[in-house]
Amino acid sequence: MNPAAHRRENMRTICMFAAMFAALALVGVIQSLPLALTILNLCLISAIMSLGVNIQWGYAGLVNFGVLGFAALGGVTAVLVSVAPVPAAWGAGGAGVIVALAISLATILAAVFVARRAPAGVPRKLLLAFIIIGGYFLARAFFFPAVEAIEAVDPTKAGFLGGLGLPILLSWVAGGLFAAAVAWAIGKIALGLRADYLAIATLGISEIIIAVLKNEDWLARGVKNVSGLPRPVPYEVDLQQAPWFRDWAALLGVSPVEFSSIFVKLCYAGLFAIVLLVVLWFSGRALHSPWGRMMRAIRDNELAASAMGKDVTGRHLQVFILGSAVVGVAGAMLTTLDGQFTPASYQPLRFTFIIWVMVIVGGSGNNRGAVLGGFVIWFFWVEAEPIGLWVMELLTSGFAQDSPLRRHLMESAAHMRHMVMGVILLMVLRFSPRGLIPER
Amino acid sequence: MDGILNALVLLSNFVIVPAMAYGSQLALGALAVTLIYAILRFSDFAQGDTMAFGAMATILFTWVLQYWDVSISPLPTALLALPFGVLCTVALCLLIDRWVYRFYRRVKAKPEVLMIVSVGVMFVYNSVVRFIIGPGDRWFVDGQRFIITAPAFKRLSGLDEGVAFKTTQGLTILTAVIVVAALFWFLNRTRTGKSMRAYSDNEDLALLSGIDPERVVRTTWIIAAALATIAGVLYGLDKSFKPFTYFNLLLPIFASAIVGGLGNPLGAIAGGFTIAFSEIALTYAYRKFLAYLTPGEWAPQGLVQLLSTDYKFAVSFVILVLVLLLRPTGIFGRRSP
Repeated sequence: MNPAAHRRENMRTICMFAAMFAALALVGVIQSLPLALTILNLCLISAIMSLGVNIQWGYAGLVNFGVLGFAALGGVTAVLVSVAPVPAAWGAGGAGVIVALAISLATILAAVFVARRAPAGVPRKLLLAFIIIGGYFLARAFFFPAVEAIEAVDPTKAGFLGGLGLPILLSWVAGGLFAAAVAWAIGKIALGLRADYLAIATLGISEIIIAVLKNEDWLARGVKNVSGLPRPVPYEVDLQQAPWFRDWAALLGVSPVEFSSIFVKLCYAGLFAIVLLVVLWFSGRALHSPWGRMMRAIRDNELAASAMGKDVTGRHLQVFILGSAVVGVAGAMLTTLDGQFTPASYQPLRFTFIIWVMVIVGGSGNNRGAVLGGFVIWFFWVEAEPIGLWVMELLTSGFAQDSPLRRHLMESAAHMRHMVMGVILLMVLRFSPRGLIPER
Repeated sequence: MDGILNALVLLSNFVIVPAMAYGSQLALGALAVTLIYAILRFSDFAQGDTMAFGAMATILFTWVLQYWDVSISPLPTALLALPFGVLCTVALCLLIDRWVYRFYRRVKAKPEVLMIVSVGVMFVYNSVVRFIIGPGDRWFVDGQRFIITAPAFKRLSGLDEGVAFKTTQGLTILTAVIVVAALFWFLNRTRTGKSMRAYSDNEDLALLSGIDPERVVRTTWIIAAALATIAGVLYGLDKSFKPFTYFNLLLPIFASAIVGGLGNPLGAIAGGFTIAFSEIALTYAYRKFLAYLTPGEWAPQGLVQLLSTDYKFAVSFVILVLVLLLRPTGIFGRRSP
């Protein structure tokens, strides 16, 4: 690419990001500043998730429809790392749960060992069946009594094992590692087969992860949620008491209460922006390294790449793990921001498919595009509701206040955002498949 | 002897009959997925929402018919509305194919791109359904509820246990048999059906011998839309209609299609029943069943349930994983991956 075109493209990118921030500023002026900052924070998290999917789809052409599951894994890690342990629950059933998990792990390892090493034939099949069924029942024998004991410990407040009581920021790393481990297992099974299989397998694992997190109360209280997670940033109440903070607020001419909420949101935004920049820097370096060129070569022509001696399945596994880890980090960040983990709120349209819209709209294969897509699409996802209501208000202004059609239309306005997302996705794929900021 | 009979009746009531009905619904859905895969060569993630749309259209016509007091009691009115629902869904699928999918066929897009396109279509269907009928639960079954009720069965047989056979279950199984028979007759005996199979086996050869690809694709969408609507309506009659549950059916349906080998109609049916029977058999609590078979003092204490019903999706997934590990082309698939 010649330098002039390069410059033009950079200008284009800068203009689009400037327009995005102008839109956020407009929300700050018209609606409210805290709302604009809330949207900004979620934009930042969305941008990181979108980067994760872009690593998989943009670099390697892998379809991961399980973003939801990896984000939820990151989320539950935030709980498990930060919450104080519940000693009574550990005493009641901790040992039983650990023994059961150890038996499960040993069963899997033994099954894999037999499947790999034993000579093929009927005896191997019988042995495998014996190991798996025996391990399952043995693990259950330890598991259920332990779980019952744990859930009986102070069920209204605890009823779970609790976490490690470590700073929640650590969970951002741990969440990534956790998601990476699950991605490794899924990748091992589904990669190297038809492309459809990875999409379906990831969809499946994400549904199972959510089912486990909803139902296993001993782990993170299931749908009863763990709320009030420790924060990496100061609390509003403490700030409002602090003299230096009151001085600042007086200096800026805003009330300490309002300023404290803005200040906390800005702290989060700062933390998230740092993570985003780190991920962006690393993935940018990776994309422009020999490794990145190899990945794109594999994506564009698998046969040719494997003829050149590249291990296609191995590289796919690598990139799938990396992308999922990034999504896991973003999931842990989201739970940190919310201060609670609510498995029931993880909906596939909101967590998986919307992220896909971000990547496609932003420009698959381009990191800056993925970030921009995350910002733009999240902004519209949130603002679609007020805009939709306003449009419906306008459309039905001729109707009587209590007309049933008007009421139905107003109530259904919320579903219009799915329509908007679908249409945007289809339009971009059809008319501008390279997205807002095309791949170089 | 009575113990064994009672145990068998119990098992039929809670496992065999529900699994037959659920298996038929899955088989119809998996057939639609597998046909689209065979002809259009991608996995259609909008399938769940196509089923929801078909069911919704049928419900709307059912309401109209009920309003006009048209009834075919003892059968549910929805059966009469079904053809109209099928017509609506066929029209929708053909329109979407023309506006959306045809372009990607022309540019010979990769299957991955088509999967993502189908996600866009899913978003659109999803919002249309929720916009028109709302996200809540809808019951639309009427007519006689049971072919045979549990008390009536007990009276007839003199056993302690009864089999309740719901009209919707009987209807589901019967409809599935008729639809599958018609489909196989069509694929094996008619000219259009044969050209579809030829196109699926070898696209180039089919084109050389003068088969019109657009016609094949149109036929596929018509059949797939009809299958999806029938599956969606039967599922809605049997359980209840709730848009979100149709999205959740995607996993068992894909698992069914893959178990039998994507693109293989016979495999889709076998897969549907495999998944349904495994799911229900593994999540059923066998305590009472075993109590009938064992002498009093041996009766088990716990529920004897292998897996909690909360994890029924895990069954589809485990079967899917096993197939991917052991036989990625499915039990009936050809050897090439």
